[in-house]
Amino acid sequence: MNHTIDLELISLTKRYGATVAVDAISYHFSAGTYACLLGPSGCGKSSTLRMIAGHETVSDGAITLGGRDISSLTPAKRGTAMMFQNYALFPHLSVLDNVAFSLTMKGVDKGKRHARAKELLELVDMTEMADRLPAQLSGGQQQRAALARALITEPEVLLLDEPLSALDPFLRIRMRAELKKLQRELGITFVHVTHGQDEALALADEIVVMNDAKIEQAGKTRSVFDAPKTAFVARFLGSHNVVAMPEGLVAVRSDALKVTGDTAAKLPGTITNIEYQGTHVALVAAIPGDQEVTALLSDKDFFDNPKNVGEAIGLDWEAEAAHALAG
Amino acid sequence: MKGRAVSRNRHLVGWVLASPLSLVLMTFLMAPIVMIVVVSFWGATEWSIYPAFQFDNYEFLLTSDVTYRVFLNTFKYAAITWACTLLIGFTVAYYLAFHIRSLTWQIALFLLCTIPFLTSNIIRMISWIPFLGRNGIANSTLISMGVIDEPLEWLLFSDFSVILAFVHLYTLFMVVPIFNTMMRIDKSLIEAAADGGASGWQTLWHVIVPLTKPGIMIGTIFVVALVMGDFITVRFMSGSQSANVGRMIQNDIGLLQYPSASATAVILLITVLMLIGMMLRFVDIRKEL
Repeated sequence: MNHTIDLELISLTKRYGATVAVDAISYHFSAGTYACLLGPSGCGKSSTLRMIAGHETVSDGAITLGGRDISSLTPAKRGTAMMFQNYALFPHLSVLDNVAFSLTMKGVDKGKRHARAKELLELVDMTEMADRLPAQLSGGQQQRAALARALITEPEVLLLDEPLSALDPFLRIRMRAELKKLQRELGITFVHVTHGQDEALALADEIVVMNDAKIEQAGKTRSVFDAPKTAFVARFLGSHNVVAMPEGLVAVRSDALKVTGDTAAKLPGTITNIEYQGTHVALVAAIPGDQEVTALLSDKDFFDNPKNVGEAIGLDWEAEAAHALAG
Repeated sequence: MKGRAVSRNRHLVGWVLASPLSLVLMTFLMAPIVMIVVVSFWGATEWSIYPAFQFDNYEFLLTSDVTYRVFLNTFKYAAITWACTLLIGFTVAYYLAFHIRSLTWQIALFLLCTIPFLTSNIIRMISWIPFLGRNGIANSTLISMGVIDEPLEWLLFSDFSVILAFVHLYTLFMVVPIFNTMMRIDKSLIEAAADGGASGWQTLWHVIVPLTKPGIMIGTIFVVALVMGDFITVRFMSGSQSANVGRMIQNDIGLLQYPSASATAVILLITVLMLIGMMLRFVDIRKEL
């Protein structure tokens, strides 16, 4: 992998008047990584992406790509390309001309740019749609056209702003598989902004969880999911219970909780709801301190030893399954 | 049985609902036009007009050299006014839509543009006269600044003053539809263009202008129709020294030559409709309506 084209954010800051949208964040994206910026709306993830793309000025700090400071360059000179949330296809141009747009701007002659655009359309499997107008395409097709248009500039980093949010759930899962496949084939860095944790977990090699203009936690997807450092990260990633214990807040994965009949377990509880989910059964239990936890049991474990709502249970877990949380 | 009654009822309701507007259009649009067309075939003497079906009015009109010169002059006014209002209108709308960031300011500045329209257009027109006159503000300022020695004669009662007044009166009709269309342009398209390496001018030419075409076309129809049908501006601002088709019709009416005036009006109507028909072939404005 070519390490000369790593993307790095160095105490990157964005201020709008008195409000700080992005507060001195630093992160290093290795070349060829699929990275997700994950967080609730208003956490600064989109501003970060737009600063990398060059559509938002940098208030402070720097962005480097391959060791060169790109924070004051025009969007086209950065070696990045952006795919917009609503795809932003030019409504008056055919798919082919949309894809060829950047070549048209460079003054490449018609034959050459159309040939190149057709190659890109081939890559995203849109060859038959070349002559259509964007309005005549479905959501998924528009997304592919937008991808082809972004990729024709041969970017080193592709920036995706909530690319799947406009699609229906079924298509979303299909398109995310295609995004991942495309990234593997091209080997370039993808930085993908999303507020959906399932999307981030499914796609990303690395995730950057943001909250309140700061990075809460970042790193390899699995290590972040396995060991959340703050209550926010544990709650936002889901599948975790945040429990106040005498020694402080801990995060325990729902599937790491064991349900026992006896009261000698770590926590006593009362079942308040049972949800059958096919492969699993989710048990919701009230525990002391007006808290609620969810235990995810495999259907086999549950039905071997069924429980009823209102039943008193004990909740237990391995010591290493619990992660102490800060804040 | 019941179904048929309901469906007949539905037809009846449809006709009843459509009738008030049809009635209004029939009475105030179609009937006058039909009347003008009918009268245009009538005959006239110096002191009377009489019903007839003859082509004398049209024959006289279409064989007269004056008609062609006046029509040509009208086209000239329309073309120059169109070019000026388009340039100013596009620039103003572009500035409002893309350079003013807050919606509040956009609305405030847009309303500012409409303030002159709170007075009658005749007053706005006449107010140019003391400004442009031989001893008017413009000339005396230029003389006192030493730019010119003699007062400029072409400032007032000339084609210049006519077109100036037209541009002043009708630019807003260009600003409004263009601004409206521009406000509908998704701002991320501009960013997408920048992402594709387009310079400011390239974005303007390849993205904004094509997407603004319907607005430009609607503004064009307004301005062309207004200038082609105008007579009062030409009369005041040219000091009765230039003529357009509107003046020709007005003259005929003054001489009680209604059939001749009607014939000219019919020709003008056909010309304007043809112009607009031609424009609509180029740009589809339906999605703007």
